[in-house]
Formats: sequence, structure tokens, C-alpha cells
Amino acid sequence: MTKHIVAPLKEFPPDTRKLVEINGRQIAVFNVKGEFHALGNKCPHESGLLIHGQLVGLVESRMPGEYTYSRKGEMIKCPWHGWEFDLRTGRAQCDPARIRVRRYETAVVHGGDIDPDTPPKAAEVFAVRVEDDYVVVEV
Amino acid sequence: MNETLPKAQFLQKSKLKLIDCDIHPRLRSIADLKPYLSTRWWDTIQTYGLRKRHGFVKGHPYPKSQPGDGARRDSWPENGDPSGSSLPLMQQQHLDYYGVDIGVMNPLWPGSGDQNADLSAALASAHNDWQLDLWHAKEPRLRPSIVVPYENIEASVAEIHKRAPNKSFCQVFLLSRTNEALGRKKYWPIYEAAVQYNLPIGIHVFGFSGVPISSSGWPSFYIEEMAEHGTACSALVTSMIMEGLFERFPTLKIVMIEAGFGWIPSLGWRLDKSWKNMRGEVPHLKRAPSEYLKDHIYVTTQPIEEPEKPEHLIDLIDWIGWDKVMFASDYAHWDFDDPIFSVPPNWSEERRRKIYSENAMSVFRF
Repeated sequence: MTKHIVAPLKEFPPDTRKLVEINGRQIAVFNVKGEFHALGNKCPHESGLLIHGQLVGLVESRMPGEYTYSRKGEMIKCPWHGWEFDLRTGRAQCDPARIRVRRYETAVVHGGDIDPDTPPKAAEVFAVRVEDDYVVVEV
Repeated sequence: MNETLPKAQFLQKSKLKLIDCDIHPRLRSIADLKPYLSTRWWDTIQTYGLRKRHGFVKGHPYPKSQPGDGARRDSWPENGDPSGSSLPLMQQQHLDYYGVDIGVMNPLWPGSGDQNADLSAALASAHNDWQLDLWHAKEPRLRPSIVVPYENIEASVAEIHKRAPNKSFCQVFLLSRTNEALGRKKYWPIYEAAVQYNLPIGIHVFGFSGVPISSSGWPSFYIEEMAEHGTACSALVTSMIMEGLFERFPTLKIVMIEAGFGWIPSLGWRLDKSWKNMRGEVPHLKRAPSEYLKDHIYVTTQPIEEPEKPEHLIDLIDWIGWDKVMFASDYAHWDFDDPIFSVPPNWSEERRRKIYSENAMSVFRF
């Protein structure tokens, strides 16, 4: 596993998203209320690109007429057919046991902790500053 | 970096020709039609608006699961225009991306079923000019459909005679939910005119008739509307067969668009069974009902059936006929089908070639 820089933290504010390509693989990274989540960009159904999807909550019902809404913004809904994936597990709401999209670990690291001689392969090339923080994804 | 990579994804994997039988160009706003409407009708629209027959004049009976009348979320132009209204984006995201060779335009805007019969005629005709000028002239791969004001029969026939000499038009276009069942004799002049020019009748699901999607009253959920298109179209096709439409017009081709097709074999079985007992009621039928079904009804793939056992899909098409099923994407709607995934790639090249292009080549006037 290698950490790849997605963006400087200050350029990746809450409620925004970024698409990065690492080793030819597209990864959609979301900042939800300061927490970072990374999923493979392609929906396993028909390859809709999740980066264009809507972040929604989890709607559940114990019985007809009773509804709960929780985990606001923690599900990504495919822009095509609306399949929903849990950002924390990558699993599809419609069939969590069988269907999922690849999930990647994310972290925020200090520029000073990045070895200047062997910096993690950045998704995009930019200078790493010691005093800044960076959002990374492990691939 | 947030762009979809432009590539003829379909062509990379296949040398098959691709015809898309269901593309929805959309008005940026009703002002797109203004150049094609008389002052009288433009003023009427501005002053009085449209008169759909159903009760939800400002929307659909069932709100869609995605905004913009059920648009793919990645299909909105950056300038804020409605999804499906930008030719450059449609080219980049769909026509070029998949390498579509021919796309059939099916405009869904409600004007053609308006209850003001003369306004509906003006709107249908304006849609036909709009398809020619704003789409087909700029992108010849997109072929226009003759939109007709289907509740105004006289005007529909006149519109077919006006447009059909222009070989760009590839079909006559109706919606499925009409004021009366589409097999009834009221509508026959439309079929007669279409047959005269060897144009198929494309019937896209939805409509503005005010009739419930279900035969058992108004259901509660959009998901029910999605599933009931099949039963609604089953009734529509039954009406056409039983009225004797295909005896009267033996060359008539009907394309059911976005209606699914899992319902077709069971309809054929049920009709044949009843016909054996009751053929005296419909003596004008010279053959078993299922034979008309198999000979005259064509279907499009999207949204394709997804049985648990993939071989059941093959069984279905075995019954309907491999020369009757045609690929459709439904771009730019949310339930869009990708050509790579919706037609199983492990089917023989011959079968895929029929579905992707050959059947459409023999049905539509290209």
C-alpha cells in the first residue's frame, strides 16, 4: 500500500469532492463534514461515474408508515440508476452482501512527515510544503 | 479532471454498428419553439398555458427519482440549461463516447397530447421543425420522428403527409397513454398514413391522458409506474390486435419503446387461449392473436429485463423473435442503459448485431 496525495487539505474543504487517477484507476474522494472517504469511481452496475452522484442519507423503515433518516451525506448515489453505496464500506444498499465498490483508506498527513526524497506518488504533481497538511489515499 | 474521458468506448470493444432507438432531445425552454409557432399560439401558451388531461398540470403524476424530469445527474450542461438540451454535451457524452451511428430522437414534451386540439397540432408541428433545425441539421446522426397531435386525428394525418416526404424522418411518434386504447378505430387514419410511407409507429411509454398507469386505480409510488408500463402497453397492444388493426394494415410495424418485453409471451399465451373459445366475438381475426404479436410488435431494450437466470432473457427473446428486439439507451434519462452492459457481451455476434443495428435498419426508415 502506498499513500498518494490527493490535495492539500486547505484546497479540499468540507462538502467538496475530488477525482484522482492512480495507476490508471479512477478514485472518487469525498470530504463529508471534514471526514474523507475514497471509493472506486465506477459503479459496478453499468459503470456510471460515482463522482457525479448525489450524496444522500440512509432511509430505513421498520414497517410501512415508519421511516428513519440517518447518516446524512454518507451514501453516494450513482448518477445513472441511483444505486446507493455506503462511503464507509463501499457496499451497495440494494445488496450489501454481494455488491460493493472498492473502498480505499484515507488520511490527513503533515507535509513535514512526508520524506522529501521519496514523496508519495502524488495524483497530481505539486510541491509538498512542510507546513501544510495533505489528504492522502492508500492504494 | 472531473471530465468523462471522450472515447468511443463501444467501438473499442466491438466493430458492431450501433443504432440507438431512444434518445430524448429536450427543449432548453419553450422559447425554442417560438420561431415555429404563430403569434396566435405563442400568445395562447404565454397567456393560458398547456392543458394536459391529467391532474398534475405542472409535473408528472409521479415525481421522478432524479431531478429534471428524471435526468441522469451527469447530463446537465454547465450553463444550467436542462439535461438533454445541449447537442455538444450529447455528442461528447453519448454519440461520440459510444460511437452511435444513428440515433432516433423521441421528443417527450407534452404538447402533442394537449387537450386544446389546435394548440396540440401547432406544438407537434413546431417540434418537428425544431428537431430538424436544432438537431438533425447540426448532427445528421440524429434522426427526427414525426411528432403528431395524436388526439387530433385530422391534424395528425396532415402532419404525416407534410413531413413524410422528407426522408430524414424515420418514424411516426406516439405516446402510450392516450385518451382511448390505441387500437380503436378513431386512430386508424394515423396508421393508414404511416403505412402509406412505410413508416413504423414508435410508441414511447408515458402520456398525458389522465388515465391511471394501472388498470386497478392510481398507485402510490413511482416504482409502481415504472413497473406498470408493461401492463399498460399490454392493454394497448391487445387493443390493436383485437380491433383487427393488423388485418387492415398488414405491413404496419409497431415499436414499443421503453415498455420492457417480459410481458409479451404471457400476453400471447393468454390471448390465444381465450381466442380459441371466443373467436366468434372477433371474427375479423384470421390468425391466432400471438401471430400478430410476433409479426407486428417490435421492442426496444431499455430498461432491459434482468432475470436471475440469464438464460431466461434468451428464452424471452426466442419467443418474441431475435429480429424484433432493438437497442435503446434512453439518453439522457436516469434509467439510461449503457450499450456495453445492457446487451450481454457473451451473446453471439450475430444476435448482438441484430439487436445493435440490423433490426432497426429494417424497421425504421433510415
